[in-house]
Amino acid sequence: MQFGLNESQGILRDSARSFFAGECPMSEVRRLMATDSAYDASLWRKLADQGYTGIIFSEEYGGVGLGKVELILLMEEAGRALLPGPFFSTVVLCGSVIDAVASSEQKKNYLVPICRGEVRSTLAILEAAASWELEDIQMAAVNGTLSGEKLFVTDAAVADWILVLARNGVFLVDKKSTGVTISPMFSMDLTRKLYAVQFNNAPVEKLGDLAGVKAAMDLATSALVAEMVGGMQNTLDMTVEYAKTRKQFGKTIGSFQAVQHQCADMYLETESSRSAAYYAAWALQENVPDASAAVSIAKIYASDAGRTVGNRGIQIHGGMGFTWENDLHLYYRRAKASETAFGDATFHRERLARLLIDRASVVGRSA
Amino acid sequence: MDLNLTRDEVAFRDELRSWLAANVPEDWSSWREKPLEESFPYLRTWQRRLHEAGWAAVSWPREYGGRSATLMQQAIFWEEMARVEAPPMANALGLGLIGPTIIAYGTDAQKKRFIPKILSADEIWCQGFSEPNAGSDLASLQTEARLEGNHYIVNGQKVWTSYGWVGDWCELVVRTDPAAPKHKGLTVLLVDMKSPGVEVRPLRQMTGESEFNELFFRDVRVPVENVLGKVNDGWNVAVSTLMYERGSYGARLHLLFKRNINRLIQLARTVPRNGRTAAEDPVIRQKLAQCFAEIEIMRLNQLRAFSRITTTGVPGPEGSIQKIFWSELNQRVQQLAQEILGPYGQLLAADSYAVDKGVWSYGYLRTRGNTIEAGTSEVQRNIIGHFVLGLPRSY
Repeated sequence: MQFGLNESQGILRDSARSFFAGECPMSEVRRLMATDSAYDASLWRKLADQGYTGIIFSEEYGGVGLGKVELILLMEEAGRALLPGPFFSTVVLCGSVIDAVASSEQKKNYLVPICRGEVRSTLAILEAAASWELEDIQMAAVNGTLSGEKLFVTDAAVADWILVLARNGVFLVDKKSTGVTISPMFSMDLTRKLYAVQFNNAPVEKLGDLAGVKAAMDLATSALVAEMVGGMQNTLDMTVEYAKTRKQFGKTIGSFQAVQHQCADMYLETESSRSAAYYAAWALQENVPDASAAVSIAKIYASDAGRTVGNRGIQIHGGMGFTWENDLHLYYRRAKASETAFGDATFHRERLARLLIDRASVVGRSA
Repeated sequence: MDLNLTRDEVAFRDELRSWLAANVPEDWSSWREKPLEESFPYLRTWQRRLHEAGWAAVSWPREYGGRSATLMQQAIFWEEMARVEAPPMANALGLGLIGPTIIAYGTDAQKKRFIPKILSADEIWCQGFSEPNAGSDLASLQTEARLEGNHYIVNGQKVWTSYGWVGDWCELVVRTDPAAPKHKGLTVLLVDMKSPGVEVRPLRQMTGESEFNELFFRDVRVPVENVLGKVNDGWNVAVSTLMYERGSYGARLHLLFKRNINRLIQLARTVPRNGRTAAEDPVIRQKLAQCFAEIEIMRLNQLRAFSRITTTGVPGPEGSIQKIFWSELNQRVQQLAQEILGPYGQLLAADSYAVDKGVWSYGYLRTRGNTIEAGTSEVQRNIIGHFVLGLPRSY
């Protein structure tokens, strides 16, 4: 058993880290977050050239064919750099949903351009009730068209296609077709924009059944947790650096235990989140029976830890931590968006409780 | 990254599993409730049986009677022992902490003299580290050893000594150079507990039991050949023992915690709460799921730390995360047990209404010690702050 990175995984992580440091420094993040869509075509081209847009998809569809652990390492580095734009929406969300439910003909049509970096895409899940339970979805396709409203749709403005989860399946809507209206939702995370999408008899193509989406959502959730880990790591690094240099009462503030112990807790929370994220990805890759529980465990822990690490980081930075100029709040905003995405800790604790308490009790009774 | 067991690990597990199936005593459950004084001979016999089959100290090098087990194999060992609810071994400190320290720092003569009897449980070891005025600040300890010819003359007091009452030998940290800076004047002595001038008194803890002792040394003569490591290098020797303590202890806790949470889930199904069972109460469900998630993450952290240590060979400061994690988690699990059991939670073993023979009231009190023993949570956070994150020393 080896719960560490192998050599090629280490190389992938290191090259992703230096890629993002070079191509997506904080100055670029700040430039993009001030735009309407936080999307930059030349950065997108570079992501595709690295093979990142096809990282987990089969070579048959133009992908690189790496595993879910490799995806998690890439997402961790993207999170550390606070990568803006539709990478997560396009590759992780849409790509894995298409991969999970679509026919091979459809994969040729839709997965190949994603892998090649030729399109942007997103997944519309939530409706007015904002429930992450797929059972709560109300929208349904009728006679090959969709009508109704989806909310909290990431990166919809730059998406060429919008995949829609509906009661009777997963549907693809070409954004250029009639009956699609996109309007921005102004929210905390400035680097990943949200939109309301109205469908009015918009023509759709069915990709597959809703049941096939669950595994893809688990993968997206664990990838998001990995991204959160990267954000936590950066917040920790910034905070430790600040604690080593900022002086008060004639001493660096990191020499005070009230500060140092908070840093120790940030480390514990970050490393624990990382353990959970890596295991969830590995469990999904290996299809182990508890993979879904592992995803919930990771989302439970990281949802709370991401917020707590941010709280501690801002607190230790004192007044500086409360300024617009300091980058911490950008990570803190992303952490809040990610905390609620795909269900927060409370949601996943109940999901885990159903697995642990209810399912086990059924087993217990029949035994 | 590959969390599947390797072929060697599977072979190790299967060999152990079949040995345990044939050898684990069936009557342990009738002994485990008894005071340690009564069950101790039973535990000695059990350790001897493990030793005869080569299972007493799997982590030790083969040449010293171990199996040179990898950290992963050690984790498998403790998991399998917990799975079959095997009794603990009598010489826990000798096997887990002091033996490895003697192997690392001892002379050939010391290894030859002490190692076999640690394995066979013929000589039980205790640890003389903490003092009334030297707890977290261990290096400020005052017990002194004066050189007189071929002997050190030891005077002083130790406290919180596990197995002191049954100890044949003690790994004792003493001050040999009062003029040197506090970390530089310490030496580790291997002390025969039957020496004249050694007195052992029970220390009663808040649970009412006496797991620990106080040790008093009055002009105790220790031959110079019983110095472990170098004179005045005792701090490094002692720290290496403490690292073994922090590194290995968490490994065996996972299944114990898992058993506790599974039992709590079971109990929650039987306890009425606001017109339904506690297992249907959303707040209790949230807390059960949170504890379960953290127990799993404790296991994953441990596996990751093992994978990291495997490349360096010695346990490092990563153990401090584990110590904080398991000790604080254990307290939360016990508090949750109290919330689920309500008024029954407080009942002691002596009460006929007590749930599970009073283990939950005992656990609630006992876990207060978890964040103090083997390095307080504060000391562990200092270690992470200074040694892992590189922040300046805070004390």
